[in-house]
Parts: sequence; structure tokens; C-alpha cells
Amino acid sequence: MARLTEENVRLAQEIISRYPKARSATIPLLHLAQEQDGYVTDDAMAHIAELVGASPAEVYGTASFYEMFKFHPVGRYVINICGTMSCALMGAEDLMHHAEEKLGVRMGGTTDDGLITLERAECQAACTEAPCLQTNYRYSFRVTPESFDALVDDLRAGRLADEIPPHGVVARVRQHIPADRGAGVHAPEDVKSAPAWLDGKAAL
Amino acid sequence: MSAGGTNAFAPGFYEGNRPRIVTSRFGMEDSHSLGRYVATGGYDGLRRALARPAQEVHEEVRSATVLGRGGAGFPAGTKWGLTPQDVWPRYLVVNGDESEPGTYKDRLLMERDPHQLIEGCLIACYAAGLSQCFLYIRGEMALAQERVATALNEAYAAGYVGRNILGSSFSVDIVLHWGAGAYVVGEETALIESLEGNRGMPRLKPPYFPAAIGLYGQPTIVNNVETLSNLPWLMVNGAAAYTAIGTPTSPGTRMVAVSGHVRRPGVYEIVNGTTTFRDLLFGEGFCGGMREGRSLKAFVPGGGSAPWFLPDQLDLPFEASQVGPAGSMLGSGAVMVMDDTTDIPKAALTLTRFYAHESCGKCTPCREGGTWLERILSRIVDGKGTDADLDQLLEVGQSICPGAFPHASSERLGISAVPFPYRMNTICFVGPSAYAPVHSALTLFREEFEARVTKRVHIPVTAVGASR
Amino acid sequence: MSTTETDAGEMPEVPADPNAVSISINGRTVQARKGELIIAAADREGEYIPRFCYHPRMSPVGMCRQCMVEVEGPRGPMMVVSCMTPVADGQVVRTETEQVKRAQEGMIELLLANHPLDCPVCDKGGECPLQDQAFSHGPGESRFVEEKRHYEKPIPISDLVFLDRERCILCDRCTRFAREVAGDPLISFTQRGNNTQVMTFPDEPFASYFSGNTVQICPVGALTAQPYRFKARPWDLEQRESTCTTCSVGCRTVVQSSRDELVRYQGVDSDPVNWGWMCDRGRFNFQSVNSEDRLDTPLVRQSGQLAATSWSAALDAVAREMRSAGGAVAVLGGARGTNEDAFMWGLLADAVGSNMRDAQLDDGLPAAVLGLPQATIDSACSAGTVVLLAPDLKEELPVLHIRLRDAATKRGLRIIEVSSHDTGLTAHAWRSVRCEPGAQADTVRALLADPAVSSQLASGDVVVVAGRANLAESAEHTVAAIDALLAAVPAATVLPVLRRGNVRGALGLGLAPSAGNDAAAILESAANGRVGCLVLLGADPLSDVADADLARRGIAGARFVVAIDTFMTQSATHADVVLPAAAYGEKDGTTTNLEGRVSNVVQKITPRGTSRADWMVAAELLHMLGKDAGVATLADVQKLMATRYPAFGAAVSSAEVRRNGVVVTAPAARPAASAPAVAPRSSYDFRLVVSRKLYDKALGTAKSPSMANLAPGAAVIVNPLDAERVGARDGAGVRVSNAHSSLVLPLVASASVPRGTAIVPFNQPGADIRELVRRGDSVTDVRIESI
Repeated sequence: MARLTEENVRLAQEIISRYPKARSATIPLLHLAQEQDGYVTDDAMAHIAELVGASPAEVYGTASFYEMFKFHPVGRYVINICGTMSCALMGAEDLMHHAEEKLGVRMGGTTDDGLITLERAECQAACTEAPCLQTNYRYSFRVTPESFDALVDDLRAGRLADEIPPHGVVARVRQHIPADRGAGVHAPEDVKSAPAWLDGKAAL
Repeated sequence: MSAGGTNAFAPGFYEGNRPRIVTSRFGMEDSHSLGRYVATGGYDGLRRALARPAQEVHEEVRSATVLGRGGAGFPAGTKWGLTPQDVWPRYLVVNGDESEPGTYKDRLLMERDPHQLIEGCLIACYAAGLSQCFLYIRGEMALAQERVATALNEAYAAGYVGRNILGSSFSVDIVLHWGAGAYVVGEETALIESLEGNRGMPRLKPPYFPAAIGLYGQPTIVNNVETLSNLPWLMVNGAAAYTAIGTPTSPGTRMVAVSGHVRRPGVYEIVNGTTTFRDLLFGEGFCGGMREGRSLKAFVPGGGSAPWFLPDQLDLPFEASQVGPAGSMLGSGAVMVMDDTTDIPKAALTLTRFYAHESCGKCTPCREGGTWLERILSRIVDGKGTDADLDQLLEVGQSICPGAFPHASSERLGISAVPFPYRMNTICFVGPSAYAPVHSALTLFREEFEARVTKRVHIPVTAVGASR
Repeated sequence: MSTTETDAGEMPEVPADPNAVSISINGRTVQARKGELIIAAADREGEYIPRFCYHPRMSPVGMCRQCMVEVEGPRGPMMVVSCMTPVADGQVVRTETEQVKRAQEGMIELLLANHPLDCPVCDKGGECPLQDQAFSHGPGESRFVEEKRHYEKPIPISDLVFLDRERCILCDRCTRFAREVAGDPLISFTQRGNNTQVMTFPDEPFASYFSGNTVQICPVGALTAQPYRFKARPWDLEQRESTCTTCSVGCRTVVQSSRDELVRYQGVDSDPVNWGWMCDRGRFNFQSVNSEDRLDTPLVRQSGQLAATSWSAALDAVAREMRSAGGAVAVLGGARGTNEDAFMWGLLADAVGSNMRDAQLDDGLPAAVLGLPQATIDSACSAGTVVLLAPDLKEELPVLHIRLRDAATKRGLRIIEVSSHDTGLTAHAWRSVRCEPGAQADTVRALLADPAVSSQLASGDVVVVAGRANLAESAEHTVAAIDALLAAVPAATVLPVLRRGNVRGALGLGLAPSAGNDAAAILESAANGRVGCLVLLGADPLSDVADADLARRGIAGARFVVAIDTFMTQSATHADVVLPAAAYGEKDGTTTNLEGRVSNVVQKITPRGTSRADWMVAAELLHMLGKDAGVATLADVQKLMATRYPAFGAAVSSAEVRRNGVVVTAPAARPAASAPAVAPRSSYDFRLVVSRKLYDKALGTAKSPSMANLAPGAAVIVNPLDAERVGARDGAGVRVSNAHSSLVLPLVASASVPRGTAIVPFNQPGADIRELVRRGDSVTDVRIESI
């Protein structure tokens, strides 16, 4: 259980500053919390509520709407196997059975060593590469029982540590708007007139 | 036509020998870098746009009839014109929350050519007077987020985004925002709710369309990634060149993902309006026919929400004005193909389960009805259904979508088409989408369901003893 | 327009009202207002459209889809959600077609699919909108054979409210209310789709002062109130409409009883007052009326002990003492009773020649403030600007807080707040300035010098909402601030926010102090042996007078003390005679709210034991003193009242007194303010604010079991930087002292308090801050030290 670290509060404030209303940063901040702790803790949600000016219940209401946020510890790697139509047509169900056997856990379960959590997922937007799965939101395409085993073995042996960050980290690149380059937020209460370039004159 | 191989850098993408508007750089390994982008004519469209009055740029886009690629197919230029006069600020929200079953093209566009999208956003903001842009990427797309973030950082540093773009009076920030896993957020009002930090539950639209009352209550244009990715090319080549491709009502190209039981499932940029489903599924430049010599049983023509088509409909082109009357929609550019080995009730279940799972829970018919459909269907698939369940499925559907539901015609069944669209008792299309596969499967393949269910025997109730 | 039952020619050509439109509902042409929702227009016309999520006092959300109707469109009839669709001129609406019926039945079937149907053991059964509409608009059977959703049930989400998620139909009424009306978003939808649930944040209860409203508006039995659970079946309830007198807002309510016991109050939608809402304190304090600790028989002191006696013996003793006191009879209180009670006691005070009476206990504003040009709640909410010179309304007059919050968030009202600390309305204020106790008038003058403020004040109606924000300072500071404001904005009106239920009625009907002889002066006289008979008419100076020393000396110095109350109060234990009073719900009459609005209160149950209405006691004593007023019934009292106070009389005899009430305005008078000088605060000291919280030791709360533990407890609240300076952590005990006394309180650090100010909530369990407060002090400074 942890509030956001000082460094993450700084990041959080940078993120908040990009939006006309702080509430908009709720989901990015929840990701930041999950990145920090591997899942979203109650303390982090209460902290985020303070930062964005919402109540903790509202932050929890938002967080629990979205699939990616976990409220209990999960494995270092979360493997999501897609089961929607295109993948189902290409054998996703067999793959799921195989995965459960290989890992010795049911869907939603975490291996005893705490390394891998297995989940059934819905469409991951890689339908032509069915069946597909994501490990911490990194794709494996046209997965076969053999390639699944190889993936698990690689994860266990730490061979994918560079490629796949621990659960909670989604994008490893953050947007940065340089202070001297930003056009600034346009909040409804501050901006009342048309943007300068719309006055009909050529802009260049 | 050469088939072209699958693309080493964009798995599943096939170039083919066709006009390419949005995928022209997909074959280059470093297509996502600013260097490659600029070297291949990138940001020229923006330069050209900035050299003209915004109104003129807007007019150019309007006259090109760039159809929205998110599913509804509403022309972008017209949408921009729906903002109320003199209400400022206005925002652009980019819908990169691609999650419609069967669909993936926006992900490739973000991963493979993020600068093209950024340039498209800038052109839209300039033309429609939108003073801040929020680029909403689906949460589960880690690589797309990284590529767009990197591209934005490069573009800011190089002066393409932010304050006084290219030294002009045009200034706009593009803020990268990302979701956290909820299909319904692809619906534009839900997207706005999510962007405001709320649960992604759709807002009732009429009379409050986002163009009038959107993000923070301000006029807001919500455009799809692919739609915006068309704009750089359009600015360089002009509306006339754009409309020279395709048909007058469906100009340009569109990206279509074909998945399922075809020989070469993949993503194709096809000519809009003229390419037929037969071209796409059987053409050598495309999917090359069914796998292992199997035959086509049915296909979903426009993403998981679309009513299904039979081989009878193969010769329809990608043209909304023909697909609608035939009983379905083009949707988000996704075709899912089922061959003769497909277990139809089970296939329908995978889609219905998806929509039931993705219901936001706001409207009663979707929240309760979607799950109900899923549970009946699931019982039938498990061999625990009865014949009464089949009618019950249609009855539940009536509570979601009252009246006749669209479906295809079938020579075999001797039925004619019921045209798209349907009526709905819900705010958005998630509820109806849970019903669409059930209705299609049951209408077109009822015998497969009947073979799965047991007949309920009516046992009359008799009195224990006679009264006299 | 396509073919319809209504001929377009029948519609009036040019509606006189530019906002009026004509629509047709089920073939009948009716008038509606532009922007109005179809469901609201239909309601007014008596065409009932079934609904669950729609509530006329909240924004529509269109969630349940139950209210779908058919509207004629360009391509034939369209199904629309009537709670989200505004009327339009010429619109043709049908609410009873086959298509509509089919949709409504389908929706009910879906809502019932996962509903547990445990109606026989559900508190809502019998008054349940889902049950009723399943009967009136449902299909009559369910075809749902799957397993229903299961959740743990019920779970307490606060001390007052239980949640049963299985029964919930996810209409967003409670969550919407919490967010939009109360501004306490402590409950929210969580999860998604079919798993959507209303929940609190883990370990953070739904501790809203308004939580009971969510129970009332829940269309199923998902939310139940702890005090009512399993108490009665709706068909066993008897009810009468009344007015809540817990505070001076005067919310309209229904009082419900079963087997001669009060079991529930529900809010009634009175447009000028409470819009159907109540605060939890007002809603749940019926429990105290049922308390075992109620006084049920008269008591007289015999050999030092209070002993039960008969009414005649007790009244004999009182009459004897009144006679022998000559004119030295004093009456304190009267604000907790009815107008009729106050009037009769005023009459009695006149009869015995008393010039010592006060309905307040030195804890309000001078009665003359009521003579200023008066505002109403509605006029405040529709004003351009409200200037708050008041206590935290969320704590003291919660439903007024709701009304002003609504006006500020939705209707363009701008609030200028002058306060010693952050309040419930600070977040919604256009300007909120902090001022130290004693500096109110200077702060107002400084505000008036700000051009933005003066142009705001000049831009529309101005209402001053004024009350006693601090019991540890002279009330004159607030009066001087009002004065300063009225001098600059002469057209401004005043809404006095005095806390006790009927303080305005009591002050207006004979219990206002004569010049210079207010409660404090009366107690001082008593202390000096100049009061022969002190009547405590529902007043408890030992608990309620801010200067504890003065109260003690006053009670001790009075020769004979009569306490008329529902409970054995602290002061009553020192009385010579204690008379049991009929409580709220046990007597008929009228009350006057803070606007001067007169509305009725009703008897629903038999008074406890031999307790009686206060007016009866006064009438009896008048008779015994040989000054019989000739009143035997309440109607007699009201008739007599009408002769002395014609405006009140007219209000009381109006039919409106049983609905929205009638506003009685007092003659205008301008109090002369003379704010006592304020010595500068030493930099080591804190200037003390003693203010009220909603829940305290007041007997209505303390004797209501489900609220007894809600009082936060005594504490001293200071700015975190000051806490650091004192060297005490949050929660640590600190010594709070001044020349008068010294005591130990837990310290609470809060950024809502500016530096140099210390807030101590009044009348809380724990050490009693009143020991440090002296009536004559202009302000109160204290020293805080860690121990």
C-alpha cells in the first residue's frame, strides 16, 4: 500500500498540467500508480483523488470500470489470451486449455512463484494474426502450443526481461512537452475567442 | 496483380499493387521515425495547409468527402462544420481506442506511421479552429503508445507541434492520452467521458452531439485515426486526386482487416466503393480464397457489430449505400470469415460474450439483455438448451432492438434482406451489437441451433384426486 | 407533420408566452414550456409514464430506459426516452401504444431478471416503484431461468445506511444525488456492465449529512435506513404532512407512525423550501421521541430530590412562585416549540408583568436583525449575489446549503463568503475571504473597495445570509458587518440563518427580549438574585449558553427554576419543578422558518406519559393566576393569536399553511450596530472560533441511537503550520488556556483553518470549551501548548 512517490508526484503534476481540468489525468495517474506498485493500491487511489480533486470513491469508480487496472497483486507478467471471434475461429480455446495446463493455473490465476498471471481477454486488435496473446500488453502472434511453451520458458529464464517490462509499465516512452514549445492548455474558462490563425489571413 | 508478401515490419499487412494513401511507408523499417517521414514528403501537407486560409483547407477536406473510418462513416469535413458558431475553445479528440472485434488498422497506422497521424491532427486543428488536441490511444497498445510518444517528442523538438508551428501563427498542443481497457470507450461520447476522468459511459446524444457539447462541455470533434491519417496525402495531392480513387460516394481507399478462415488473413488498403467482398476474400492480390480448399459459410462484413453476410452477398462492393440495404454495415473495416467447419452457435457466442462483457452497464437492455443472451447461448452451446430458448433469444433481442432486425437475403432459405439500420432501446450500439450475431446466426443457420437443443415436453398438470 | 390524432389546425397559432409550446399527448393538446422534458410535461398533465432513474430534482441520465414513449418523427413514430427528450412545438407523443407497451414490459422483465424478488422480507415491499410498476407496466411473468447475480447482502455503508446490491437496479439516483445535490460523492458506480455495483471507497463510509435522501429516492429496497429497517410494513403506516423543526429551514416532511410510535420521516417536495430533501439529523431524530429516557410525569423538588408528582400539584407550585415573584419572572426559550406555544407563553409573561424573556440563549443574532428587509430562500437562490456572513451552513442548516449550492453550481448565483475558515460552500464561492473573529466589518469594507466585488454587487439582487458563526465573539461584529454591507448596498435583503427550529416564530410572537434584556442579561440578573421564577421553556442554559460560568451562576442564583422539557436536561436537574413536554410529532400547531414562513406541524402519536403541549401549560397557569385567556383548544389559541398578530393569524388560517406555508414579514427596523473594540491578538495566541457541527450532544441527536455516535468529539482545529509551531502532532492532546480557564483537547491539523485561528466545535463530547468563553469579551484569545 503506497501513495505515489515524490518522483511520481512530480510526473503526475506534469501530466495534470496538460489538461484543462485535472480530473482528465485520472486514468494516466492510475497507470502511474500501477507502474509503481504492480497494481493499484487503495492508498494510491486516495492520493490520486487528492491530486485531481475528486473523491476516492470517484477515482475507484473510474478505475474499476477499466479492465487493465488490478486491485490485488498479480504476477510480474500478465498473459492475456484473446478469445473473441477471430481468435476463437483459429483455435484460441485449445490454446487457453493448453496454457492452463502448462502453467498449472486456471484463467485468472497466478503461478505459485508469482511470476505469471493468466487471463482470458477480449479482442486485442490483432485479428489476422490469430490466435494472439499479450504479455504485459506486448503481442505474440499466431500462437501455437509450442510457441506458448517457448514464451513461458523465456519468461521464466528471464530472457525477455529487456523486451517486456514488469506488469504495470505499459509505454516505456513518456510524452514530454518542452516548456518553450508548448502551446498551453485551452481551458473553457480562459479561452473565449477564436484561435489567432482563424482570422482568415494566411498563417505562414 | 502481384500478391506481395506479408510485411516484415507490420505483421499481417500486405501491400499489394494498389493505390496507397495511408500505408505508403509501411514497407520501410524506420517508417515511424521523423527522419524517414520527412524524407518521404512528411509534413508537406501541413506546410501546404498553413499556406492557405483555414476555411479553404476545411473546404478542401469537405469536397473530398473523407468518410469517417471509425464505423459510422460520417464525412469528416461535414462533421467539422457542425460546431456552433462563436463558441470557443473547440477541441479535437483522436479516437485511437480501436477495439471492435476483427478490426485493426488504427494500431498499425499508429505503430508504423505516427507522424502521418500527427500531421493529420494538425491539419484538422488548423482547418476547424481546434485549439487543443487529445490523442486517445487504446490502453493495451503498448507499442503504439511508445511510437506515438516518441514521434510527438520528435515533432515538438522539431517545431512541428506546439507553439507557432513552422513559424506560423498556428499553435496547438497534441496531448497523448491513453485508455485502460474498455471497448465502449470507442463510442465517441464515452471516449469524452473517459477523457474527463470518468467511467466510460456514453452520453445520450440528440440533441447534444459532441460537435456542439463535447469535452468539458465545449464543441469537440472526435475523429478516427485512419480518417486523420488521410489528410496529409489529401493536402499534398488535393481533393480531386482523392476523389479520383473509388466512387463519388465512397472516395479514396480504406484499410480492411480480414481474419478467420482465409488463406492470407491480413490488413489491406483497398480502393473504396469498387472493391467487392469477393475481390477481397478470393482475389489473388488479397486473401487468396478459403484455407485448405474449404468453402465459405458466412462472413461478418464490418466488425463484430455487423449483421452477417452469406456467400450470396460476395459481390457487394465496399459501398455503404449498397451494403446497408443488403442488411448489414461496413463499420470499422473488418471482415471475419467463417468456412464450412465453423460451429455457428459457438462463433456467435464469442461475439455476444464480447459485447455482454463490454457493456458499460448504463442502459438496462444492454446490461441485463446482453448477459441474458450470452447465458442462453452458452447453455445452447453446452447442449443444455431447449427449443424454447431459441425464441427467447429473439424475444430478448426485441427488448434491445424493437422491430425487424437487419439481416442478409438468402437464396437457400428463400428470405430477402431486411435493410440496415435497426431501431434501438439503448443509448449506444453495444447492446444491439450483442444481439446482432445472435440474430444473424439464428436467422441464417437456425438448423444448427435446433440440432443442439432438446425439445421441451409439455406435461399437463392433473389433479391428485377427482373432486367427485 | 404526418397523420396524427391531433389536427395541426387546433394548435394555437401564436402562443402568448414565448416559452410556451403546444404538444399532443395521447391525442390531447396540452401546453408545455420550451426546454421542458416530455416526462415532466406528461406528469403535469396527469399522463403517467413509468420511470426509475428520472427524478425531477436531478439531471436526467436516461439509464433505465423505462420511460420510452413514441414520438411522431419525419419517418414515422420513433421511440424516445421521455426523460431526456425536450418538448417541441407541435410534437405528437403517445405513451400507450402497443410499441410503447412492449418496450415497457420488456424493460421491466429485464430489470426483474436479476432482482432477487425477496419482496416479502424487503422494507420497500408495498411502496416499491419496481414492484408497483411491475404490476402496472410489467409483462406479468418472467422468462428468466438463469441464476441471478449474487452479492453479499446487505452491507452497512455508513452508520445510517445499508446497501443490498442484489436489489439494486442501477438507476444512478443515489450516486447522482450524492454527487450532484449533496456534493458528497462518497458512493459511486464501480465495476462495469452486468457487474456494475454502487459502492463506497474501501473503508471510507458514506458519511454524508444527506445520506437518508438516497434511501428515500431509491426505487427499490437496495438502500435502507438503519433506524427504519424491519420496523413496519408500509401498509401499516399512518402518516401526516408536517414541517421539520430541527433547524430553522423548515423542511416539509411526512411524519409516519405505526402502532402509535414514530417510525420514519420522509421529505416532501416543497418548491420554495426543501425540494423534497432533508438532512439526516432532521430525518432520523424521530428516534429521540421514542426514547426510554423521555420525561413522562411532572417532578417537584422535595427535600433536595426531584420526585414525581401530579400536574395539579406541580402547576400549583409554579403558580405560587410566579405570584410571589411579582414581575421577576423570566422565560428563556420557546424556539423549540410551536408558534402557539410561544404565543401563549408570551401572553403569560405579559400577564405576570415580566420584562425578562428571550427565545435565544445568547447564541444567535440580536432579534432586531429580523426587522431588516427580508429575503427568502428562493430570492437568495435567484439573486445575483449572496454574501455569506454565516456559520458553515452545511453544519447548521444543511438543506439551505443544498439550495445555495444548487444555485451556485447550476443557476449562476455568485457567492461571496466571509468566514473564519473553509466551509461546505467555499468550493462553490465566487470569492471566499478569511477573516479573524472580530474583523468582519473591516473585511466587508475591504471587499467593498474591490472594484470587481462592487461591480458584482451592482449587477443584480444582493442577499446577505447572516448568522452567528462564532459563539466565542460578540454577535455585534456580525451585525456591524451587515450594517457595513447595507450601507453600501441599500437594496440588499437579509436572510437570517438562526439555528433553532422556531426561533423566528418565538421572537415574533412575544418571546423577543425587551431592549438590553436578552438571555445573557437575564442570567446575569438571576445570578444577582433578581429573578424570582426562571422558566426554561425547552431551554438548557447549562448546555447551550456559550459562557458556561454565566449559565451556572444564573441557574444557581434564580430563586425558583421551572424546566419544561422532553428530557431531563442538565439544567432541569437543578430545577425546582420539571414539567414533561409533548415532543415534535405529539402536538399540532404551526411553526415559522428562517424566512418567516409559517407552516403546520402535526400530532401523529399520543404524547408520552402525561406530557402536554407548552401552550396548554401556559393556558393552565393563566387560569390559575386568575388571568384566564379563554382558550381550551388549539383553534382557540390560533383565534386569539390572530387578534394580536393579524399577519400570523392570516397565515395560520390559510390552506397554504398545510402545504408550502405562508411568509409573514416583520416590520422593517434597522438595528444600530456598535461593534465592541477588538484588542490586537498577541502573536502567541490563537483567536478562538466556537462553531457548531451537525452532530453534537443535543438531545435529539444524542437520544437517537443511530446518531448518538456521530458527533466528532471535542478537538481544537488549527492550521498544519500552527500545529507545527505548537509542536503537536495531529491527534495529540494540547493544553488550551486563557485567563478564564484551561483544558486539554486533542489537536487536529487542517488546512481549512487559516493561521492564527483555532476552531473548537461546540457542545461535543469531551472537554467543554465554554469554560474559556466569557460573555463580555469582544473576542476570545487562547494559548495552545503541547503537553
